[in-house]
Amino acid sequence: MTTLSAPPLRVPAPGTARRRIPAWVYSLIGVLILAVMLFPIYWMVNASLQPSGNTLTAGLFPLNPDFSGYEKALRDQGGNLVTSLIIATGTVVLTLLIAAPAAYALAQFRFRWIGAALMIIIVAQMVPGVVIANALYSAYNDLGMLNSLAGLILADASHAIPFAILILRTSMLAIPPSIVEAARIDGAGLVRAFMSVVVPISRNVLITAALFAFLFSWSDFLFALTLTTTEEVRPVTLGIYQYLGTQVSNWSAVMATAVLSSIPAIILLVLAQKFIAAGATGGAVK
Amino acid sequence: MTIVAPRTEAVAPAAAAPAPGRRRRHSPERWTRLLFIAPAALYILAFFGYPIVKNFTMSLQEYTTKTFFTGEAPWVGLANYVTVTTSSLFGPAFLNTALFTLGSILGQFVIGMALAVFFKRRFPLNGFLRSMMLLPWLLPVIVSSATWRSILDQDSGILNRFLGAIGLTDAPIGWLTDPAVALIAVIIVNIWVGIPFNVALLYGGLQDIPEELYEAAALDGATGWKAFWHITWPSLRPVVSVVLVLGVVYTLKVLDVILGLTNGGPANATQTLAVRSYQESFVNFQFGVGSAYSNVLILVSLIFAVIYLRANRRAVDE
Repeated sequence: MTTLSAPPLRVPAPGTARRRIPAWVYSLIGVLILAVMLFPIYWMVNASLQPSGNTLTAGLFPLNPDFSGYEKALRDQGGNLVTSLIIATGTVVLTLLIAAPAAYALAQFRFRWIGAALMIIIVAQMVPGVVIANALYSAYNDLGMLNSLAGLILADASHAIPFAILILRTSMLAIPPSIVEAARIDGAGLVRAFMSVVVPISRNVLITAALFAFLFSWSDFLFALTLTTTEEVRPVTLGIYQYLGTQVSNWSAVMATAVLSSIPAIILLVLAQKFIAAGATGGAVK
Repeated sequence: MTIVAPRTEAVAPAAAAPAPGRRRRHSPERWTRLLFIAPAALYILAFFGYPIVKNFTMSLQEYTTKTFFTGEAPWVGLANYVTVTTSSLFGPAFLNTALFTLGSILGQFVIGMALAVFFKRRFPLNGFLRSMMLLPWLLPVIVSSATWRSILDQDSGILNRFLGAIGLTDAPIGWLTDPAVALIAVIIVNIWVGIPFNVALLYGGLQDIPEELYEAAALDGATGWKAFWHITWPSLRPVVSVVLVLGVVYTLKVLDVILGLTNGGPANATQTLAVRSYQESFVNFQFGVGSAYSNVLILVSLIFAVIYLRANRRAVDE
């Protein structure tokens, strides 16, 4: 910037300095930055298409794509992918059921202890997962909830519920109380009014919260690692870890599983960009 | 008796409904309102409150595999904390936690800030590139770990092949097998994972700075670096403090990056407090010692959480 703006035209320096670099140059730089950032993801796809074997001397491009890694991945991890899907979907449902009414209450009702409640929710987000896992292991052991879908759904929701309450509340603060009151005057109870007025208005942020609940749960590794001890219920993240366990014997299968596990994130990012972008900033700052 | 008994039973439920109403005018409504918040309150109590308390009591007990058979967990006072702090791994784990956190935050923040400033310009493809940039953050961390493990492989990983090809290294570096560099390797990967989050938050903060400030400064000749130091940085400070403190709290508890890449090795070079806690509890089945480790972690997090809450309050106020 400074070197460019300094020498020839001195008078209107600031303006011209910017204008001299055409916008497409920035696009080009942006594409280069993205290429560097996303190189590992490219490499994951590339390695997944290399002929299988225990070395990973992959070529730079999958010139002769080989799908045997995917065959093995689907054979070994297909069931785990389904397990992950069930758990993530369950977490979404549980998160919305618990977080949406709570967020509405914290946004619109006048409770005296709202400040304290919000503080607790923010602090809850910071509790290390390993602390929760530690205590849950012994509780789940007593309750017979180790190796259960329900146990993992409940535990995974601990990533999503505080986050969902915070972003839902921020958006629900903007709902004018008069619309809800109008519905109540027409005879709807509080619950009915919530379902028929608040939920439709909040559709976008509910989708955002749902997406993140899905991604958090789909990505969960710690609870899968600590709260399952057998192969009955095994999310795919743990499947990958087990692949990595000893010496990796088949890199293309590991990378194929990695690609398959990345698909939800990639699909959601492509299809729901604006929701993802909203969620990325929403939960943290407000 | 026989006549009275059913009558009271029949009356009781009917009377129960209006009874609270007499005491407070909006009571039924009040109960419905509490119903909105009750599931969340119960959940938070069960999945955050209980674990914190349980973790604390466990840390004062001899809680091992035996406990699950006998149901006995004798109280041992602070013995677990003594075990933790006198362990030869405690010092290194503490230091590694500090280095891992500091290195990760520094890298994520500086690169994140540079990218956020870059994307503040208007140019074609900006929005698309920016959202694709989020991808590393959305992938399951264990997926990223697996991928990086193949990239960082000493013999056949693409990084060493690249460094060798451009003549930067004479011999392949054992990124994940050499105790001298393993911590650096896990920090690099964690930086990669964390950049998108930093970019997203900082970019959001930059959007909130009024354009007029820059226009006014440009008239005074402040552009480029000058504009950054005199306008961007001061205006962004509340967001920056939130990003940094949140980054610290999130990084302190990172587990999957390290477990996926090195499992705490080689030669304990990547042991952190979180890894120690996991391994004591779930590898050695010394739950008491594991919870003592995680309580140390909570304590450190709590200090930063307090800083966060104060910074956050200021950020929202301003």
